[in-house]
Amino acid sequence: MTRPLIMGAVAYAPKVVTIWEGFKEYFRRHDFEFDFILYSNYERQVEAQFDGTLDIAWNSPLAWVRAQRMALARGQTVRAVAMRDTDCDLTSVLVVRSDSAVVASGGLSGLHGKTIGFGALDSPQANLIPRDHLRTQGLLAGRDYTARRFDLLSGKHGDHIGGERDAAQALMAGEIDAAWMIDGNHLAFSREGVLPAGATRIVARTGAYDHCNFTASPDAPTDAVDRFVGLLSDMAWDDPDVRPLLELEGLKAWRSGRTSGYALLARAVDDEKFYDAKGNILAADYRY
Amino acid sequence: MMKNFMMQKEIFLPLIIDIEDLGLDAGAHLLIKHGLASVPVGGEIVVSGRVPGWEAQLSAWCRAQGHALAFAADGAHITRSDIHAGRWRGATQTGHADPQQHGAVHEHSLPCYGLAARGATVEAGAPEYAFRLDKKHEVWTDNAADLYAQAVAAQWDPEQAIDWHAPFDLPAEVEDAVAQVMTYMIENENAALVVPARFLGQLHPHFREVQAVLAIQVADEARHIEVFTRRLRMRGREPALSTAGGQASLKTLLDEADFSVAGFLLSVLGEGTFVSLLNFLHEHAPDPVTRQIARLASRDEARHVAFGMAHLLRRLEREPEFRTRLANAVEARNDALSGTSGLNEEVFDALILLAAGEFTPAAIAIGYARVQALMIDMAEGRLGRLLRLGFEEKTARRLAALHTRNFM
Repeated sequence: MTRPLIMGAVAYAPKVVTIWEGFKEYFRRHDFEFDFILYSNYERQVEAQFDGTLDIAWNSPLAWVRAQRMALARGQTVRAVAMRDTDCDLTSVLVVRSDSAVVASGGLSGLHGKTIGFGALDSPQANLIPRDHLRTQGLLAGRDYTARRFDLLSGKHGDHIGGERDAAQALMAGEIDAAWMIDGNHLAFSREGVLPAGATRIVARTGAYDHCNFTASPDAPTDAVDRFVGLLSDMAWDDPDVRPLLELEGLKAWRSGRTSGYALLARAVDDEKFYDAKGNILAADYRY
Repeated sequence: MMKNFMMQKEIFLPLIIDIEDLGLDAGAHLLIKHGLASVPVGGEIVVSGRVPGWEAQLSAWCRAQGHALAFAADGAHITRSDIHAGRWRGATQTGHADPQQHGAVHEHSLPCYGLAARGATVEAGAPEYAFRLDKKHEVWTDNAADLYAQAVAAQWDPEQAIDWHAPFDLPAEVEDAVAQVMTYMIENENAALVVPARFLGQLHPHFREVQAVLAIQVADEARHIEVFTRRLRMRGREPALSTAGGQASLKTLLDEADFSVAGFLLSVLGEGTFVSLLNFLHEHAPDPVTRQIARLASRDEARHVAFGMAHLLRRLEREPEFRTRLANAVEARNDALSGTSGLNEEVFDALILLAAGEFTPAAIAIGYARVQALMIDMAEGRLGRLLRLGFEEKTARRLAALHTRNFM
């Protein structure tokens, strides 16, 4: 039997098993040997990209930043080979209650002394990039505002949106003054009724950043990776056999990987001292 | 607010949609969707808004929807993607809601129609449901919708329709006889409930009108069981005797897997006979409550018979040879029940007593004669229905005579 391409993915929710079993079946239908290993956290998954365990990994943006730094430190290269259409150009928004005195203008000075809700410590979208954004506005946690973390499932880099949802609920309950979330989650929480229509207002928005990508490990077999990417590109939304998989994974089409959308996060990782330049974990209170 | 799609000297200006101060967290996406629907794939609309952060919301929405988005001085330019059409490629059209329309009810309803409303467009890849009864000729009746409408209009509330406080006082022997007859009727109605209920679960929902008839038939029987039980207990009685022969007769109805054959045995022959019995009770029952119950239940049962007849007439018109199958079913059932005693003695005697009304030789003589008349009425009813179904008279008489002595 041909050695399958081994992919790593983080099991942030039960549906992850359904998704990758479905992909495995899809690849097998196309005579491509593929298997996957599930990890409970991104840190161990990224490390497995450097010990020969994984050929490729479905990485969070933070995992990508770490993989890139670890590769650089070893004189190796990792490649972002594919991503979802929905991974491109995300922004996070800072939301307040509609009756809040905080306004978007004036450099967010209204946030002074307020309590702001963030997602998990390792969430790029609801912690690292938002903190970076506030820092660029001259606002530092502990000095200018109180940060309250809604830490759920550490090690999963915020993939589990429960932290953002908890923050949104705390906002509506009046426990905090503002909450960070991905722009799409602001709409999702509105659909769920967590954020009643018109009850909240966006007062800040981060710059655009990219989200997940398939990261090829330094020693990944190129032909197999190319075939993998080719088969991903062939997954058509029109095809009723693959549409459920695309819906579960939250995309309409796969795109080629790009690395231009991770600069904001890389800066935030440095500023927040989450990883060092070699990809070592610095954050002292990070458990995964 | 939507501004007009303008055409000036062959130049198409993009549709401009101002969502004003409505956010996409409050429904503004509907205005945008509506606008996009009015331009072709690849066409562009321009959106402007006032609510703080509307740009972020719009970006998130377009990303999720697969539409390209670019911001310019005059607003957000959205290019309509063709991704949404993709979901409906290869979709299945499932007939029409109105059964009168041409092609409305398919001869063979497919597993992939699933639970969709008849007439709906079903996305490819929807799960397949294994409904055993999926062929029109096996289940359909052209007047099912009318029969259902009649049934809905004729529903009655036992609390309102029956005067449970009407005064009467029966001799203990007669009251016992009423309890025995009610016991027997409940048993039979249990069969009349379970048989359509089983088919209901196997029937493809594409045949909505037939589904509705079966459902209300089940509800009718549940109501009958309730009122028979209530009458039985009115004077402190418990249900009386249930014989092996009676149950064996009913079991053959439950064992019949063919919808049409089961309908023939249960509705046309069984419930048809039951209508005679209910009419008998309406006329001769010794107390007003039983008489009222019998009258109301008889009306319902007559509808059930009408449905069975209508279905069989349609099927036999298309498949005359199916008559042989029906005849065989009566004979097979007769054979299966040959070792049983038929109508139990207790029920027969109870009917005499009930029709007598009192425990005297003169009254019993009248009761006996009335039950004999009932037997003749039942046999004639069966014969009449068999003739209407197109059986030759000789065959019809033979089959009518072979019908179970348990009545149902």
